[in-house]
Amino acid sequence: MNSLMPPLAQGAAAAKPGGSPPQMPSRPMVMETRGLSLYYGRTQALKEISIEIEEKIVTAFIGPSGCGKSTLLRCFNRMNDLIDSVRIDGQVLVGGYDINGPDMDVIELRKRVGMVFQRSNPFPKSIHENIAFALRLQGLRDRSTIDGIVEQSLRGAALWDEVKDRLHTSALGLSGGQQQRLCIARAIAIKPTVILMDEPASALDPIATARVEELILELKKDFTIVIVTHNMQQAARISDRTAFFYLGALVEYDTTQTIFTAPSKKQTEDYVTGRFG
Amino acid sequence: MAESRQTSGRSHGWMGLRRGHQARPLEWLGEKAILGVSLSAILMVFLIFLFVARESLPVLLGLADSGVYHEPVSLEEMARMPRGELADYLDLSAAEMERMDEATLKLLMEVKAEEIAAAPEDKDARINTVSWPYLLLPHQWTGYDKPEFIWQPVSAIHKYNVVPLFIGSLKATLVALLFAVPLSLAAAIYVSQLAAPRTRELLKPAIEMLAGIPSVVLGFFALIVLATVLQNTFGYQSRLNALVAGIALGFAIIPVVFSIAEDALTSVPRSYTQAALALGASKWQAAWKVVLPAAIPGVFAAVVLGFGRAIGETMIVLMASGNASIVSWNILDSTRTITATIAAELAETVVGGHHYRMLFLLGTLLFAVTFASNLVADLIIHRLKARLEGKA
Amino acid sequence: MDVQTPQLHFEPGEREPELIHFRAKSRDWASCLFTGLTGLATWLILGMLGVILVNILVNGWTGLSWRFIISNSDQDMFDVNKAGVLPMIVGTAARVILMTLFVIPVGVTTAIYLTEYARTTSLLTRIIRGAVNNLAGVPSIVFGLFGLGFFILFVGGLMDRSVLGGGPEPRWGKPAILWASLTLAVMTLPVVIVATEESLKAIPQGLREASLALGATKLQTILQIVLPQAMPGIMTGGILSVSRAAGEVAPILFTGAAYYMASYPKALTDQFMDLGYHVFILSTQSPNIEQTRPILYATVVVLLLLTFALNFVAILIRTRMRKQMRALH
Ligand SMILES: Nc1ncnc2c1ncn2[C@@H]1O[C@H](COP(=O)(O)OP(=O)(O)OP(=O)(O)O)[C@@H](O)[C@H]1O
Ligand SMILES: [Mg+2]
Repeated sequence: MNSLMPPLAQGAAAAKPGGSPPQMPSRPMVMETRGLSLYYGRTQALKEISIEIEEKIVTAFIGPSGCGKSTLLRCFNRMNDLIDSVRIDGQVLVGGYDINGPDMDVIELRKRVGMVFQRSNPFPKSIHENIAFALRLQGLRDRSTIDGIVEQSLRGAALWDEVKDRLHTSALGLSGGQQQRLCIARAIAIKPTVILMDEPASALDPIATARVEELILELKKDFTIVIVTHNMQQAARISDRTAFFYLGALVEYDTTQTIFTAPSKKQTEDYVTGRFG
Repeated sequence: MAESRQTSGRSHGWMGLRRGHQARPLEWLGEKAILGVSLSAILMVFLIFLFVARESLPVLLGLADSGVYHEPVSLEEMARMPRGELADYLDLSAAEMERMDEATLKLLMEVKAEEIAAAPEDKDARINTVSWPYLLLPHQWTGYDKPEFIWQPVSAIHKYNVVPLFIGSLKATLVALLFAVPLSLAAAIYVSQLAAPRTRELLKPAIEMLAGIPSVVLGFFALIVLATVLQNTFGYQSRLNALVAGIALGFAIIPVVFSIAEDALTSVPRSYTQAALALGASKWQAAWKVVLPAAIPGVFAAVVLGFGRAIGETMIVLMASGNASIVSWNILDSTRTITATIAAELAETVVGGHHYRMLFLLGTLLFAVTFASNLVADLIIHRLKARLEGKA
Repeated sequence: MDVQTPQLHFEPGEREPELIHFRAKSRDWASCLFTGLTGLATWLILGMLGVILVNILVNGWTGLSWRFIISNSDQDMFDVNKAGVLPMIVGTAARVILMTLFVIPVGVTTAIYLTEYARTTSLLTRIIRGAVNNLAGVPSIVFGLFGLGFFILFVGGLMDRSVLGGGPEPRWGKPAILWASLTLAVMTLPVVIVATEESLKAIPQGLREASLALGATKLQTILQIVLPQAMPGIMTGGILSVSRAAGEVAPILFTGAAYYMASYPKALTDQFMDLGYHVFILSTQSPNIEQTRPILYATVVVLLLLTFALNFVAILIRTRMRKQMRALH
């Protein structure tokens, strides 16, 4: 299995983009973008974004709808490759490497940088098979190893007790919240370094949301997590650092506490206090 | 950054991030295979027109000669003649020419000379009947007292006027459209707008079942049953004619016209009908005055598609139209269509000969006509859908 | 009827509010006439379909016997007591199966290329898709010409001139079951492509994203996630193409069908007898149509049963698939 070795990115950390937040990053960073602009055809969705994501904390992206949070998130594992019209300027570095470089292996990248989507998307296969599929992609063949990791990841996603008797029934029979946790289990099964979460709880009821939040706090011991959310309380509860975006630009990026209690920009303050127009 | 590359312990960058596609040769091969297969399939689609048109090219370019009279060539001259000219003289294709040995060629030369000697002196014998004027315009052939359009490939003078065939095809197609369009449109309106949902679920597949009947079966039915019944009822002269063929053709296109029209009518947003009903219109008024006008391009497209299908249908007309190439707009006359001509005559032609090329020319024209009508219908439907969805 | 509150939204087929009927009373006759006429047209079509089917079944049933189905025609194919359709059934089945072997892999692969790989916005893709769609409307006789011009004369001619050919007689460059099947395969290619494309497009993009985000390659995603989902659609396409091809005669007239053969096709280069073509022969070339009528009808029944059975299976699978899809979303 892949090691969970943290990336040694001291070298990368040395490169400081101009508009970096006042507070120095306290942990080694895993990913960063430098002057990243993204265009959907003619329209620019991201404007000159430079941001550093630190290791093993939860980073939250907030901002009004359509400001480019999902787009930025999808830059980190090159999911935007699927959209024909996308053009990218600037750099996205993961572990110090430019992931849009010519010799980058996007398949390996996606194994390191996992993703959980806004709409849960389990495969129309059995619960067990959903996770086993991900494991077989890693080259695992041994049944008992696979079974072991399936259980371990389901436990990790706090789903094991609910599904342990129906592992071989269709995943589509699960409730919405269970499906989303299955997607999280599937993502952590292959032990990525980073997990990107795009509004993972937006379609869930408060109880399911609470469970997913607990889960995220649990997961951050092992993984670096970036989460997009529209829920201010949620961002405040679970994230360590928060980035606020507006109209495709990064307005402010700081510790969550600073963003929610003493933001330096008026726009940020308006948004987090709900006075946003 | 150099340090982090080393600490990863692999030569492929951070955790194998930079292995590239060399790491997956099978994958690469698979994708290339997909590309190859699809491109050849797509190429095949474009080849169809090319290869049908290719065989008719000499006629199209005016390179073929169907004149029957040649100065006889003696065996001594034969040796000096270019191979190509010799092939033309003997009515052989290049491929056949290849396969001939000297003895057979000599034999053919003699036969040809005899043929020429035996041929009656005819003022038309030197005419190249596959040149454009003779294909399209009437001509007063020897023995006729006025200029006429004649398709008569198997005769002393090969007459290739395509007008009778076009008239034949159009005649049968028009009868088919007159028969099928009103019926299928009415049925489409009924099924999509007026029938109860449960009846609708039954009616639609039942009508579309017509599409499952092979055309040779419809042709058989027209030939064996319908022709007799119609003749007994109306008491006309020729048992097989454009009327019989047209009605049978109509059966073949009913499912096409019906399902396209029904589709167009159903794609008119529900809100249109509801608005009309709320204003106090009755159901049929909503269907007639609101839904039908909104869907009229789709209905038109259905008719165009039906036209394309009818003009290209072969077995039905081959069996039920009587196959006499007469220039007449009377639907009770026996008639010969383009498709039936190809089907009936191709087997007897010499590959590469002018008759063969003429039939391919007919095929090319047919292809062009149906392709154009499909294209038109496709465009109309696209526009309609876009408009309705845009408005909805 | 009870007093109804007027509703603004009702489905067609639902009873209209009493209110409107009341106001429209003076126009009732028009309503009746319109509904009556369109309804009549519908039932007329179905009635005629019924007449055709009943006529064929009633007349065909008498001529149909087990002996007829399982015997050869090696005595006399116009002899009511000796003729049989087994060679035609075998020939039709063989050409259809052969066609399936070509058209399904090629059609599915092309559909995969068009939906999963080709840029949907590019002009070329649009042209290709338009050409494929329009191919469905090209007359079948034109495919016959194509089969002759391309497969037999061009490809077959090339093969004869290469090491594959032998002797002065053309081995490949003549009508054969191989060429007939290939011609039919090209003809039904759009059916398979369109059906496959449709079912591929119906698969939520989220599934592909999920798989790719786990580090699956594109090909793995297609083979392991997308294709299993698209299977029912592919099956429907395959069966529809088979049922269309089974009854087609025009494309095989010059590419492989034989008027009469003493034996079954044994090699790809052999010709074959065919059910549809046999119907044509029996109805147009019979020395005595009155006498051969029973075997003619019986042959038609066999052909109809075959195509209807195939259509029926296709419809069954499609309804099944629709239900599954609905459950999925
Ligand atoms: N596939 C696409 N093609 C063209 N434009 C797109 C596409 N996806 C997103 N956009 C545009 O890019 C901008 C940013 O979209 P994005 O989805 O990143 O916003 P978001 O911040 O995630 O919004 P939300 O909070 O509603 O999810 C929007 O203006 C959107 O319209
Ligand atoms: Mg989003």
